[in-house]
Amino acid sequence: MSESPALSNQVSPWRRYLSLYAALWRNSVTREMQFKSNFLLWIVVEALWFGLQIAFMSIIYGHTEAVAGWTRWEVILLVGCSHFIQQVFTALFLTNLTDISEHIRTGRLDFMLLLPVNTRFLVSFRKVDLGAFVNAASALAVMAWALRHLGRWPGLGEIGGFVLLSVAGLLVHYSLMFLLTSVAFWTVRVQGVVWGYYNLFNIARIPEGAIPKGAYRAVFTWVFPMILVSNVPSQTLLGTLRSPFPALALVFLSGACFGVSEWVWRRALRRYASASA
Amino acid sequence: METGGGGIGGTLRKSGTKDLRPGRPRSVTYNLQMRRGGSINLRPGSTALHEPSLIVGALPARRRRPVEVTLSLHVGKYLQVFRIGIQNTLVYRLNFFFRAGVGLIPLMGTIFLWQAVYADKGGNVGGYALSQMISYYLLVTVIDAFTAVAEDDWQIAGDIKDGQISQFLVRPINYLAYRFWLYLSGRLIYTTVALVPVGVFVFVLREHVVLPPSLGAGLVFVASLAMAALLQFMIACTMALLAFWVLDVSTFIFIQFAFEHIASGHLFPVDILPVWMSRLMMMTPYPYMLYFPAGVYLGRIRGGELWGGLCIQAVWVVLVFLLLQAVWRRGVRRYSAVGG
Repeated sequence: MSESPALSNQVSPWRRYLSLYAALWRNSVTREMQFKSNFLLWIVVEALWFGLQIAFMSIIYGHTEAVAGWTRWEVILLVGCSHFIQQVFTALFLTNLTDISEHIRTGRLDFMLLLPVNTRFLVSFRKVDLGAFVNAASALAVMAWALRHLGRWPGLGEIGGFVLLSVAGLLVHYSLMFLLTSVAFWTVRVQGVVWGYYNLFNIARIPEGAIPKGAYRAVFTWVFPMILVSNVPSQTLLGTLRSPFPALALVFLSGACFGVSEWVWRRALRRYASASA
Repeated sequence: METGGGGIGGTLRKSGTKDLRPGRPRSVTYNLQMRRGGSINLRPGSTALHEPSLIVGALPARRRRPVEVTLSLHVGKYLQVFRIGIQNTLVYRLNFFFRAGVGLIPLMGTIFLWQAVYADKGGNVGGYALSQMISYYLLVTVIDAFTAVAEDDWQIAGDIKDGQISQFLVRPINYLAYRFWLYLSGRLIYTTVALVPVGVFVFVLREHVVLPPSLGAGLVFVASLAMAALLQFMIACTMALLAFWVLDVSTFIFIQFAFEHIASGHLFPVDILPVWMSRLMMMTPYPYMLYFPAGVYLGRIRGGELWGGLCIQAVWVVLVFLLLQAVWRRGVRRYSAVGG
């Protein structure tokens, strides 16, 4: 970075973190471009799995007209929305979060703690997975395609709501996964935990009306709000959200998840004893 | 992948998360010779290289040994691998337990989804009543627990990539057989551990539990389950051996797995597809890894179709075996050429 340390102390923290993040982006681009064919292959892999999910829903709609009040193109929009949020999450956070246990195991976290930046910022934003942005864009394309079939053009307000709620959904994924990887401070190995969370992404693609009232619905609405994460943004775009309540719940829960993850993170740091010491 | 069951479109292990690749297993370099404190002598010209018995250090070296003894030692060597494999995977029992349990959550979601489909439509989907559909998914979960390849492919690719495989090439042990026994031991532990969560799950959905239509069908199911496991293992192995040629096999493994996921009947039974599509899929080996044994068990595949299917499955086992051998031979040749 071009700024000298003395100068960077005077600039506003926002600008300082933005320039830091820009530097991290530059590093990521350099890293990814070293393995171009691999980069492209991963885009193919993700696109294939995305296609598979759409195919699955299409097969179901080959046998029926509606599932829990959702028509074919509404569900395709939902699958697209879920994929969009998941891919943005992958792009910005996934690698970073899975790396945390490695930082702890190898003691690399020591160095990060010593740097004059917020450690959570650093471990959360270190790398960017550029290929996932391509996949997120393809998810958006599928959503637009679905909207076209529905003959529906959402207004600015609805698009704004969609963006806001998608950010809330992203925050839910980020906070919960961060929370779970923080367990590494106690157990060191968390691969299983991370794997387990990833499994939950599957729930986000199910139209919420299909899930009956009961323990399952309660847990995945209020504790792990998977059912809300992509259903609510989709319904906003579709204009099928009957009350503002789910949207408020999603925003509130994303804040709550973030708060809990921050609390656990601080406790974990207090408990952290370096691997090398 | 473990009991990803009916997760819509996959589970973590194979849904394209490159950075969750399992790390190298610790202490999985099986020091076969350590069991009895013997050790293998690798001096040039040593007979040890050609004496299977010495690898277990069980018997003092003798030049001439009756053929049957050598054979029994062959089996003993791999039984030893099996034992060590059990000990090593036991370390992961909690991990397995967690996996088996969490894998059921999206599966439950898929079942809810089907319930909603039937609630709107009623009757049947592609000849399946709701209860039969749920039975199908239960069976997929069970078959998957018995046959799925857990981390074997990543470990094989890892062995090739970091050169661990050299130590097998110079020893009188067949690496693929060695891997197969490890796979068996892993499955044994996994199914034992998964018994609890899967058992609870099956119990909750017990009204959909059915028995095979006849004893004969049950026996054919067991046979086709065994062949399904062989197919699972050998296909995963073949993919992993690509590590001889490319640096990162995970993309190829995930691409292959995407096809497997849909064509094996993991996502939904193959026969609810339009006829031309299901015919197309039945031409691949994939349905014989999951859909076929499930169909036999549920009595959906019967009579001539059943015996014909079993024969086709056997043919696939042979073909994939030949493919695996061919890939292995070429790979090793290439490996030696590069590694010098």
